[in-house]
This record gives sequence, structure tokens and C-alpha cells, in this order.
Amino acid sequence: MIELSRITKSFNSGKPNQFTAVDNVSLVINPAQITVFKGPSGSGKTSLLTMIGCMARPTSGRIFLRGVAAAVPFQQEGAESVEITSLPERFLNEIRRSTFGFIFQQFNLVKGISSLENVMLPAYPTGEGRALFRARALNLMEQFSISRLAGQQVELLSGGELQRVAIARALINNPAIIVADEPTAHLDSKLSQEFMEIAGRLKGEGKSVLIASHDPIVFDSPLVDSLIEMRDGAVDASRGRR
Amino acid sequence: MILHPAALALLLIALLVSGLGIYAGYYGVRILARWDPVSGSEEQLELERRTYLISTIMSYILSFELMSLFLFVYTADDLHTLFTGAMCAAGTLAVNPFGYPALLIKIVNFLLAGVWLIVNYADNKGYDYPLIKIKYELLNLLVPLLALECCLLFAYFAGIKPNIITSCCGSLFSRESVSLGGNLSSLPHLPMQMAFFSGMIITALSGLYYYLRGRACYLFSISATVTFLISTTSIISFICLYFYELPTHHCPFCLLQKEYYYVGYLLYATLFSGAVAGIGAGLLMPFRKIGSLLHIIPGIQRSLTLITLVCYLIFSLITVWKIVFSALKLG
Amino acid sequence: MKNVQKAIERHLNILEFTLASLLRRKAKNLSLLAMYLLVVFMLASLQFFVTALKREAAIILDDAPDMVVQRLMAGRQDLVPGSYASEIALIKGVTAVRPRLWGYYYDALNGANYTIMASDDPTAVAERASIGSGIARSRNLAVGDLLPLISYDKNPIMLEIGTIFPSGSDLIAADLIMITPEDFHKLFNFPSGQATDLAVTVHNPKELPTVAAKVASQLPDSRPILKSEIMRTYQSIFDWRGGMTLVILTTSLLSFIIFAWDKATGLSAEERKEIGILKSIGWETSDVLLLKLWEGTVISLTAFLLGVVLAYWHVFFLSAPLFAQALKGWSVIYPRFQLIPVVDAYQLTILFFLTVVPYTTATVIPCWRAATIDPDAAMRY
Repeated sequence: MIELSRITKSFNSGKPNQFTAVDNVSLVINPAQITVFKGPSGSGKTSLLTMIGCMARPTSGRIFLRGVAAAVPFQQEGAESVEITSLPERFLNEIRRSTFGFIFQQFNLVKGISSLENVMLPAYPTGEGRALFRARALNLMEQFSISRLAGQQVELLSGGELQRVAIARALINNPAIIVADEPTAHLDSKLSQEFMEIAGRLKGEGKSVLIASHDPIVFDSPLVDSLIEMRDGAVDASRGRR
Repeated sequence: MILHPAALALLLIALLVSGLGIYAGYYGVRILARWDPVSGSEEQLELERRTYLISTIMSYILSFELMSLFLFVYTADDLHTLFTGAMCAAGTLAVNPFGYPALLIKIVNFLLAGVWLIVNYADNKGYDYPLIKIKYELLNLLVPLLALECCLLFAYFAGIKPNIITSCCGSLFSRESVSLGGNLSSLPHLPMQMAFFSGMIITALSGLYYYLRGRACYLFSISATVTFLISTTSIISFICLYFYELPTHHCPFCLLQKEYYYVGYLLYATLFSGAVAGIGAGLLMPFRKIGSLLHIIPGIQRSLTLITLVCYLIFSLITVWKIVFSALKLG
Repeated sequence: MKNVQKAIERHLNILEFTLASLLRRKAKNLSLLAMYLLVVFMLASLQFFVTALKREAAIILDDAPDMVVQRLMAGRQDLVPGSYASEIALIKGVTAVRPRLWGYYYDALNGANYTIMASDDPTAVAERASIGSGIARSRNLAVGDLLPLISYDKNPIMLEIGTIFPSGSDLIAADLIMITPEDFHKLFNFPSGQATDLAVTVHNPKELPTVAAKVASQLPDSRPILKSEIMRTYQSIFDWRGGMTLVILTTSLLSFIIFAWDKATGLSAEERKEIGILKSIGWETSDVLLLKLWEGTVISLTAFLLGVVLAYWHVFFLSAPLFAQALKGWSVIYPRFQLIPVVDAYQLTILFFLTVVPYTTATVIPCWRAATIDPDAAMRY
């Protein structure tokens, strides 16, 4: 479970061009569900996801991760939850690496290297043996039926293939939470549907999936458990399970 | 002034190191003044990023200091041919009053940089920057010393004038301008030997006791530090004699020469590393109760203790081996 | 133990990625490498050359007498009368005094200066000479050929070539002609009973300064020079020349550092995006720093090793055509002499300090800047 308490994120604070991307947001995200953040661009949903995903720290407020404490080596014994807002970058990062997998709007694959290497990339700095995560990457690529692309450079892949490589990469460190930012923005309807099917499958495996999107195929999907609408950095209305 | 390539290289390094040090120190002061770990403000994020830069710079400074320490001694040794009466580095360093202070401060800076990195390592393991204050206060202590080192080095090389033939005067005699290298004040060797071995034994016992039982860390750290000082003196007083197999040559630098199979590098490297680790273990002691470091510091201290024990052991073994098998027997 | 293994795996994984990304950006990295290589090459050539010259000088001096006594007349070197030799021989500690006859001969035919020396060897035959291989080469001479020299009173002297010194001793003897003292007197119209200078042998080397002081006080117009003093002078002259050239080369070093800084600062959009991606998928600042550190190490090592090897080849196989003119400044007869290779860890360390350390320092801040790109930057495109 992820709990956000009065989260605010402002940029350029103290300067005339100061603006607040996320304003005093409190909410609870349940595990093993698909949660969609819906809203126009600039509504703060991406900023919110970066803070939940330990990429950025809020200007004020607190975020608690419950039930993932086991993955955090430094946490004192017996603690159930981690408060991530006050942690230094290297610790945030360790949580991020072991707990979150990311899928981006542009897929953000590194050009010039093979898709297999792209999938393995998040595991490089973990200190795990290369053979181990290589096997895992090949296994993931097989699950998404892209094994034949393993040796190919990513420039040569189609949109659908790129998406699958990106998903496989998000899963390489076996995270409990998948964060996807506008994952269907560059996909046609068929591929967008396919993405939602994969999200459903991940939910079935017990993973939490957080998606920021303003694509009806995503937020109208029957697989979505909870929909959070955002506008101007604040939560507009929150619906529970439909 | 002397335009030897090695001297130029050393001056360049000293400039770079003190420049980097001053840069790091500037941000160190800012971190001390404005640090606020609970804030998520942009300034705090920026300062936290700076800590990465400062850590990187300090590890560079440590390695540059270590390498240039040896280069400095080696160069001093190489230059001895330029001075009448200088037999090795000992003589070259004595040609003006800046040589020995420069060497001394180089050693101090190396030890301090090493200790700083140990504190930094411990600090990075805690999730709430527990040692940030002490770390940057230590840095502020180090920076002026780095600058001082640079100045001394400049003064030393600028003040060197080789004794060369000039065409104007009839002849240049070998003036006794340099006191001979062998005359480094040496302490009587028998008491020194006793002090050396008791120091090593006390350090070994207290180190083992701490390693196994987790107690008496201060005793270990202090004895490691004292033993470091005793050992440096001992090198001059008696250890080198066994290597040179001469009862009067007390030079701590000739050990670095080829004739003695560069054994000096091993001796000094083990001695300095052992000292850094030993001092570091003691320095971490006051912070072992800090919440976020409760489970971390003892582990680091044990590793440091082990490093000191192994280093000092190697140092002692070489020494004992040489005392036993040397052709020289001191009464 | 497990931690150590993890740390090693992390290094290996990141190193692997570093190598791949270096190869991907060939154009940029090659230009940096070329620049780096050039700087290492220049400095290494200089260093090798000066050290080799110092070594050669030391070899030459090895055979030189411990003390040479010259006579000065109005501040210029003048001939030494025979009486000086006998007077010096009486000084306590002196074992032998040997008058030496030597001088220079200008050969108009090839514009070279020869060193002419009178042989001490009592078995030397008149009108027969031993010559250096340099002369043999430039005058195209073999053993048994005749070498005509013109004496100072314009009479030709025909010398038969007895032996040619082996070319191993080139630097010492390339331009040397050894003849009998009689021929020497004839060639230069040299006054008898005088010598160019005196070679003094002293029984105990520690007494050399004392003996030198006595010579100077007994014969006020004499100038005793000790071998150790010559050695020292040579050393510092070579060091000084090397240092001067180094100072001149500093400009190139400086521009290289600026270049490196610029290369490291001017991250391409592509690279910036790549680091953004790495950070967004879980790489930490220190991981990217490590990536950059490895990148610098790989480039530095490649440039350093290649540069040193090229410089070795330049100095010891090609005889340093780029520096020879500036640093040697010797006569025309030397073009083919080869230096004896001397390379040691000390020189390499100096080179390392002059090249790799400034490069590393120049790139530390740009690397850190690159490594601290916001991880969420990748999400803001």
C-alpha cells in the first residue's frame, strides 16, 4: 500500500516564475490493483508519479510505502513501512530499483544497443551476476514473444515491439509496483488494448500498476480498479472500485 | 628555481589538489551553513547533489596525494646528484628549510584524506546523513593544509639551486653546503626496538580483542596511532640499518631504492594504510550510537581493524625477517 | 565477501556498458583520443629523449678522469705548461698526472668538426689513425683507406685508417680521430712541452675536493674540475632544457585540458537523454559517476599506452626527429646516432602526472554535472 499525505511539489520556489505542480494531495493506493491517474497534460499526474516512484522528492508532505520494507536493507527491524520523502537519493534509488518498474511515454530505450541489453540495463548497477539477469531478461522476452528481437538494435523495431521491450525492461528487477506514464500515447488502438491486457496480466501476478493517462482506452478499461482524476495539481474526484 | 620535469609535475598536482580542495571546501562551508535534511527544497536537493561531487573529489585527492607522496620522495632522491654532499633524498630535502615540512604535511594530508573517506563511507551508509557536520568540519580542517602543502612545495622547488660549474669563477669546490643524509637524528636502537615490538604487540592484542569481542576500540585505535609514530621513528632508528647492513646509515628514503628491492614502498604503504584504518576506527567510535548507524559502524570498524592488523603484521614480518637474516647484528 | 563480489559485479557490468557506449560514439571519442594521444606522445618523447641524453652523458663521463685541471688566461682556457703537471703530482694523495692533448679540427669538405686526440698508447704508429664510425660514414672510409687532413701550416697530412671504433660507442667516439702525439703536434703546430689540460688521478675519491682546493691555491690561474661537477652540470642542463621545453609544451597541455573540459561539458542531446534514461530506470548518481570514471579511465589508458609506445618508437628508433634539433644542438656529424632505450617507472609516473591527472581533474566537475541529471527528466519529454 502506498499512502500520500499532503504532498506538494513546487518548482522555482521563491522566484517570480514559481509554480506548483502538485498541490496538497493526500491519497491511498491499494496493492495488486490497477490505478489510473486521469487528467489533461499539466494536471500534475506525471509529477505525482515521479514522487511515488522515488524519482523526485516532494517539496513538502510525506509518502509511506507499506509492505515493501523487506526490500529495504537499512530499515530498522520490525518496521512495516518506509517513509521515503526524507531519504537521501542513494536510498530512494535503492527502493526504486527493487520496488518500481517504469514504462515511459516515449519508451526511452537506449539507441545503438540491442533490445536484450536494453532490457538488462536496469540490473547493471545492482551488483547481480550478469548471467543471472541475462537469463531473466531472455525469459521475459520470451514471455512477451520478442525473443527473436533480442539481438536487434532498438532503432529497427516497430512501435508494438518497442512497447514490449519497454515492458520487459520494467520487469527485469522483479518490482512489486509498475509505473507507466502515458504508455499508450504513441500506440494505435489495437496496441493500446494489448497494453491494457498486459497490465491486467501483471495485476494477476500480484503487482500494483499505476498509470497516468488521458486515453479513454486506458481509463475506461474494465480492468482498472481505481481512477483518480486530477486537475491543476489537485485530485478532482476519486472513485473506488467500479 | 629548478625546472626538472618531475618537479613541474609535482607542482602541477599540488596546484590541482589544492584547487580541488578549495572548491570542495567552499561547498563544504555552504553545506554546513544551509543543510536541512527534512526540507525538500530545491536548495537542499542541490546541496545533496554536491555531496556526490565532494566525495568524488576527495577520493581523487587521496589517490593523488598517495601517488605524489612517493613521487616526491623519489624525485628528491633523483635530484641528490645536483647537490654536493647529498647522498639521497635526505640530503636533497635538507637543501632548504621547506623540504622536510613539505614532506611532513604531505603525509599528514594523506592520513587526513584517508580518514575523511572513512567517515564519508560511514555517513553514506546512514539514511539520514548522520555525520554530515563532522564530515565537513574535517574537510574545512583539511583544505588549508592542502593549500599550505602547495605553498611549501613551491617554496621548496623555487629555493633549490643546484651546485653547478659556472664559467666565471675559477673553480667550484664541493662546499659542505648540505649536512649529510646520514645524520638524521637517530634514537638509541635498543629502547626503540623494545618500544616498537611492544607497540605492535599491544596493537595486535587490542585489535584482536576488539575484532572478536567488540570492546576496547579506543585502546586499539590509540595504540595503532602510537605504534604508527613509533614505527616511523623505528625505521630511522634501527629498521633501515638492517636493510642497509650499515650501523650508521639512518636514512629512511634509501629503502625506496632499487638496491633494496623497493622494499620501502611496501613498508610505507602497509604502515600508512594501517594507520589510516586504525585512526578511522577510533574516530567512528563516538558515532556508533546514532540510530541510523547502529548496525553499520561496528561492521566498518571491524573491517578497519582487520586492515590495520593485516598491514601491521606484514610490516612486522618484513622487519623481523630482516632483523633475523641481516648480516648486521646490533648489540 | 558477498558485498565485495557484488561490488565487483557492479563494476564489471558498468564497465561493459561503458565500452559499448564508447564504441557507439566513435567520432567524438576518437577526436578526444587523438588530441590526448598527441599530448602524451609529445611529453613522452621529450621525457624519453632527455633521460636518454642524460644517460649518454653519464656513459661518456664514465671514462673521464676524476679531475681535470685547466689553465685560464684572461678568463679563457689556455694551454697548460708541463711544469704544472709535476707540481700537481707532488700534492699529497695524487697518484698520477697525465697531460692530455686534444682539440677540434674543422673539415671543410663536409662542414663537420672532428675531435682530434693524441693517443697515450706507446705502440701507436705514426701517420695511422683510429677514427669514429661517424667520420667513416660521412667520408666513406674503410680500414686501410687514407684520410687527408690539412695541418695549420697548410701541409697535407695523410693518415692511414688503422681501426674504426665500433658504432656502439657512437656518441662518445663518432667524431673522434686518435693519432700519435707527434702527429698531433704536427697537425696543429702545437707547442711542445704544453698540454691542453691535465687528467689527475687521486687515490682516495673522498680527497678530491681537498686536492682540488690545493691545486687552486698553489696555481692561482688553474681551474680544477671534478667529474662529479661535470656530471651535475650536465644533469641540470638537461633537466633545465627538458623543463624549458616542457614549459613551452604547457600551452599545448593547457589547450588539451580546455578541450577535454569542453568535450566533457558539451554533452550532446543524445548523451544527455541517455543518462536521463539510465537514471530514470534505476541508475543512481554514483552509478553514472562510475560510468563516467570508467569512460575516462579507458580513454586515458588507451591514449597513455599508445602515446608512450609511439614516443618510444619516435625516440629510440627514429632518434627523435621532432626534438633533436631543439635539444641536442650538436654538430652535423650525428644524424644517425641511436639512443640506448631507457624507460623506467619513474618517467612513466611523471608522464602520468602530467597528462592523466590533469585530464581527470578537468573532467570531474562536468562528469558530476552529467551524473546529476534529474531522474524524472526522462519523463518530461
